Amino acid sequence: MDFFTDHYNYWVVIFLMMVGLYTVISRGNLIKKVIGLNIFQVSVFFLYISIGTVEGGAAPIITEGVELYSNPLPHVLILTAIVVGVATTALALALVVRIKESYDTIEEDEIHELDHTL
Amino acid sequence: MAVGSIMIDILINITLLAFLAITSVAIVRLTNLFATIMLFGIFSLLSAGLFVVMDAPDVAFTEAAVGAGISTVLMLATLALTKGQKKSHEEDYEEKPSRAHRPWLPLAVVGITGAALVYGTWDIPGFGDPDAPAQTHVARYYIENAMPETGVPNIVTAVLASYRGFDTLGEVAVVFTAGVAVLLLIGGKRPKSSASLKGDGGQDET
Amino acid sequence: MKPNLILHVVSKFLIPLIILFALYVQFHGDFGPGGGFQAGVIFSAALILYALVFGLDAAEKIIPSHLLRILASLGLLIYAGVGVVALLLGANYLDYSVLGSNQIAGQHLGILLVELGVGITVAAVMLIIYFAFAGRGRE
Repeated sequence: MDFFTDHYNYWVVIFLMMVGLYTVISRGNLIKKVIGLNIFQVSVFFLYISIGTVEGGAAPIITEGVELYSNPLPHVLILTAIVVGVATTALALALVVRIKESYDTIEEDEIHELDHTL
Repeated sequence: MAVGSIMIDILINITLLAFLAITSVAIVRLTNLFATIMLFGIFSLLSAGLFVVMDAPDVAFTEAAVGAGISTVLMLATLALTKGQKKSHEEDYEEKPSRAHRPWLPLAVVGITGAALVYGTWDIPGFGDPDAPAQTHVARYYIENAMPETGVPNIVTAVLASYRGFDTLGEVAVVFTAGVAVLLLIGGKRPKSSASLKGDGGQDET
Repeated sequence: MKPNLILHVVSKFLIPLIILFALYVQFHGDFGPGGGFQAGVIFSAALILYALVFGLDAAEKIIPSHLLRILASLGLLIYAGVGVVALLLGANYLDYSVLGSNQIAGQHLGILLVELGVGITVAAVMLIIYFAFAGRGRE
């Protein structure tokens, strides 16, 4: 039982990661793929923040009367990662818009067909 | 700390994680793209709540503003720009039920990867363990010395802007580069649809 | 009653509050949660709300595109410039201790300036990206 409460957090995060990965590799619509990639990124952030939590700790802002703080280093890393993630998403969506203007579709197999008949 | 408040913490944790799992499965299964993007906004908001429960208010702030704000708005704008010329209004936002082959291969890949990752978490220290290696080496130095050395109570800001300042410089450069790249790609007006590949492909087929 | 009357009235009430909150998050990032990134994104969210409710042309009258491009580069230059100033004063690049009279004052000033640069660039870039997406659909 102790083992379960200590580790169920990681297992749910791995489930979310796999759902995101499945969306990326099995759905053909390009916008769906970008959404799946975002789900994958958010679940990786959960993994890092879960490693950094301390039971009974407070947020890492120094206040009077608090002795135990959570680990601030994963927070720094994930802050950077979130901003880089949104930059990547914006660029991917701009590419989707250009693909739509060139091929007139955003389904992956239709784009593949159009590339082969050319 | 009383046992009751720890129980409430675990309960909130389990509930939020369950909602997240259900929302992500719904995102995969739905075909209407508009509904999927709305569910993605809900997913971002729930994950921001989970970050607050895990004692990370800075990260929750950023995730709520960026995920439920900017990302969702950009996806909606992309959806508006990639509408097809279908007859009915509902068909415009549907994802085609594509994929001639069965979904067994992606499911197998995902299952094997998930099983390997779960096997990897067998030896991880428990969730919230204060003696885990992640909490005992460098983190202790930052927690004790950030206030005396920089005079800033928020340890995350102190580490981000002062101790690890080079990383933040690189990150601002990445954001700037993304802005420049988006400007280059779709900064101008949409060209009149003269040279689209589909037009040439259609002529070749007939 | 115009069809968008509720949206107009409520957003006119909310947008100044959102901008004020963004400034609060920016300058209190030292004492509470917050900092440059969050403030930049919240500020751009206020202006995106204005563009959504009142139209892209009205929003571009408030902040023209060329000003946004200048602001985006300005934030990055402020960040790199703080490092160069530290170099000119004899210390390492991005060593804030020499910017003030003692180490704590220097660090505080350095962190404030750097977060300001980050906030300006992030706000400008988010607005550039949104205006690019929204302006593509206009004929």
